[in-house]
Amino acid sequence: MTEQTMPQPLQEIVDEFQAVEDRQRLELLLEFSKELPEVPEKYREHLDEMEQVEECQTPLFLTVEYNDGPGTAELVLAAPAEAPTTRGFASIIHQGLNGLTYEEILATPDDLADRLGLSRAITPLRLRGIRAMLGRIKHNVRHHVNARG
Amino acid sequence: MADKSFSQYANPDALVSTEWVAEHKDDDSVVLLESNEDVLLYETGHIPGAQKIDWHTDLNDPVTRDFINPEQFAEFASSKGITPESTVVFYGDKSNWWAAYALWVFTLFGHKDLRLVDGGRQKWADEGRELTTDVPSPAKTEYPAPAQRNDAEFRAYREDVLEQIGKAPLVDVRSPAEYSGEVTSAPGFEDKEGALRGGHIPTAASVPWARAANEDGTFKSREELQAIYKDEAGVGEADEVIAYCRIGERSSHTWFVLQHLLGYDNARNYDGSWTEWGNAVRLPIVTGTEKGEAPAQ
Repeated sequence: MTEQTMPQPLQEIVDEFQAVEDRQRLELLLEFSKELPEVPEKYREHLDEMEQVEECQTPLFLTVEYNDGPGTAELVLAAPAEAPTTRGFASIIHQGLNGLTYEEILATPDDLADRLGLSRAITPLRLRGIRAMLGRIKHNVRHHVNARG
Repeated sequence: MADKSFSQYANPDALVSTEWVAEHKDDDSVVLLESNEDVLLYETGHIPGAQKIDWHTDLNDPVTRDFINPEQFAEFASSKGITPESTVVFYGDKSNWWAAYALWVFTLFGHKDLRLVDGGRQKWADEGRELTTDVPSPAKTEYPAPAQRNDAEFRAYREDVLEQIGKAPLVDVRSPAEYSGEVTSAPGFEDKEGALRGGHIPTAASVPWARAANEDGTFKSREELQAIYKDEAGVGEADEVIAYCRIGERSSHTWFVLQHLLGYDNARNYDGSWTEWGNAVRLPIVTGTEKGEAPAQ
């Protein structure tokens, strides 16, 4: 078990959520959902080749690109426009973890959803989405690191 | 394509078309409510004049596993500009899954004129109709608190279901894997709405809820629905029928079909559903794809 520490960019997002009331947290999540980057050209026609995270029946597509030189990972996340909550979570994870080192990503605490303080405004099962996303990313990175030996 | 005629259904007034909504949404007597699975979808754009209803925060008691009480309901309704005479029209994402749930809860409080938009949000959007991010702020209305929440008529409790096994048809609207007991929760809901035991209530027929909807989110024709529920699931001419799922929202969609589209006047939704039944001690359960027998009384 690695020591769990919040990566700086993700901690800043958590602080942002913690600084406001419940209602505004939803607005903040909506802002994030609008900021999720477009899927890069090379994936646009091949969404089906990205990994689909099965959660809440909302399609969420995920790819991790590895830069073994510096040991950092680029995250590519995509979700449909009619799933803004999923897009919002994807965007938080993207802004919080994209380009960080494998170690930093693996050390991210699993209770990210709880730290964001969204449990009153969003049902627990909707929050599952963010757990599933983070879990899948960490799983993939761990797998990659182990395969490199 | 012309909208299909709703006169084919048992209660033709239970549905309205997107065209009807476009024409009547600004009527003083009409209140339009959007109820979605996705908690932010309304904020990204909605039918002009529609207000948001969130089943999780608006309709449920924050502490006990139950719905809000009559006073809370009246307060909620008046805050949305609803009077007891209002035509309340619900629509939402995922083939009106959550819209049907909100409509069912309103039914418990005895509100008379409740309708679903056939095809829901998806159809409105697919037709290229206007969506707006403007949030209406209606004037508060007088909504007297109903004398009681009338649970007996449309809501089944665990005891009712136990008593009805073998007497009234039961419809399990979950996925086939949940029905058979292969999985103890819906895909994606493993850690929050699971059950210690998998399977289904003895004698229940498996009809996944979405079979009632077409690709475009509209309801199937009465004839198609009859073939599914009356014949295949064996509801037949039963006086009573109970639908259930995991926590009672998918089954409200099926309840709507049975009650309003097929005319089973005594259809009930067992909202305790599998999260209650599959976790309760000593309740009878059947695994596998067979309906199973009623336990010996």
